[in-house]
Amino acid sequence: MNPLERYLPLVDDEDAFLAACDRPLPSVVRTNPIAATPERVRRAFDEEGIDYEPVDWHDGLFRLPGGSPGTNWPYVHGWIHGQEEVSTLPGLALDAQPGDRVLDACAAPGSKTTQIAADMDDRGTLVANDNNLGRLSALRHNAERLGVTNVAVTNQDARNLSLRPFPFDAFDRALVDVPCSCEGTCRKNPDVLDEWTLDHVEAIAGVGKGILTRAVQATRPGGVVVFSTCTFAPEENEAVLQHVLESEPCELATFDLPLRTEPGITEWEGETFDDAMRRAHRIYPHHNDTGGFFCAKLRVTDGRTDGGTADVRDSDGGTAVDAGTERRKEVTAE
Amino acid sequence: MSDERGQSDANPPSNDGQRFDRLPETAADRKVPGRPTREEVLEWWDERFGVDRSVLEPYTFLEKGAGKVWIYRGEATDPCRIEALGMTFLRTRQEHWKPTTRAVSRFGRHASRNVIELEPAEAARFVAGEDQPIDRWDGDWGYLIAAHELAGGREPIGVGLYLHGELRSRVPKGSRTDVGQLGREE
Repeated sequence: MNPLERYLPLVDDEDAFLAACDRPLPSVVRTNPIAATPERVRRAFDEEGIDYEPVDWHDGLFRLPGGSPGTNWPYVHGWIHGQEEVSTLPGLALDAQPGDRVLDACAAPGSKTTQIAADMDDRGTLVANDNNLGRLSALRHNAERLGVTNVAVTNQDARNLSLRPFPFDAFDRALVDVPCSCEGTCRKNPDVLDEWTLDHVEAIAGVGKGILTRAVQATRPGGVVVFSTCTFAPEENEAVLQHVLESEPCELATFDLPLRTEPGITEWEGETFDDAMRRAHRIYPHHNDTGGFFCAKLRVTDGRTDGGTADVRDSDGGTAVDAGTERRKEVTAE
Repeated sequence: MSDERGQSDANPPSNDGQRFDRLPETAADRKVPGRPTREEVLEWWDERFGVDRSVLEPYTFLEKGAGKVWIYRGEATDPCRIEALGMTFLRTRQEHWKPTTRAVSRFGRHASRNVIELEPAEAARFVAGEDQPIDRWDGDWGYLIAAHELAGGREPIGVGLYLHGELRSRVPKGSRTDVGQLGREE
């Protein structure tokens, strides 16, 4: 059976959902602001006669109907990078700032890493970790091609991540884009549906719990952890969040994304999840003509149970920003 | 990590190719023989390519691998055994220092010397990794920054070695690109 049929009860229009999952996705590139502006990329595309379409919700993204984004001058110069539209969402949610200390726990091949580096204006410390050495070489190639200088690349199991190579003991922000069953990428790679098994979903959900737990532990109180997957499976999404909400000092934050999303779910196959799960975002292919995706934003609390109900709405706390500004001076000191 | 710092006076510490060590500020601070200094790196970019020292001032320079200098803008313990810190930047410990393609791509736009501007067809051949005769260059021989005009500005492509009227492309194999029709029909 097509595993996507599991999720028909969750979507508003079953036929549109299945039909969208069956259509291929266009090539999409993201502008690398370390190297060029979207305007200059457009001008270079025009000069080279490359067809492109802007993406209405993000001025740095272009769809390339002709495909082959890798054989043109903007690509050679690191002005653009192939990255699916929905893949830019975790970076937007993370909202990393210049001078921050940021962890990307499952970083390879580095599309999101390099996006975060650009958001940081290539200043601060971005630890890009992955457990797969082969994939790390792809990450390094991409980071160098895009001119990123603030990335420290580590090869660890993110479930036991050590900060020993760094002169600090907590991150300000962490991206946890965990390995998953990748159902949401079926428009690019239909094989994922043929290879799908429930056993794999359950096993990989366990890995996700371990990685997210460690990332929350490695992030300072007040810091932000963004959790994302490219799967629809609640076992890998809401159930993983539920686990960390129950075991670590953190809360789900409300945040906006610039395209149509649906709230996270609170019930699945007899299991119920915290109501706050509605603050997470589910992205279905038929709503924005994209891949499928899941994204949640956690705020790390100080672990004290003082009985107060923290306001975890979207704003970044003022004290956190001040602390970051102070530290930025240290970062640039030679 | 104090155990990793070479402290013996009898034998000077040697370069450990598996870890990142920060470059010494000046020759007076140098403990590992043959290791370039930060001062020399800043001086070289200024002297060879006219890249002002202020451009590179915010960055840390480290050696990992024999003479491989990395440029990094972030925090890390020194010394440090991880996969990468920032990007590869410069090859030293050889007769002539050589910037990496990526260093030139990132910082070459600040260069005011030893930049050779290529015509569209020449630029396409260069990025494909081809050597080509160019007889109009009357500047220094050695490593040059190859650049071309794109979208309203000069953009560095990579490093070329100019010798005897020939510009040899030093674009690494994995980065060579066929940019297609661009000026290839000569």
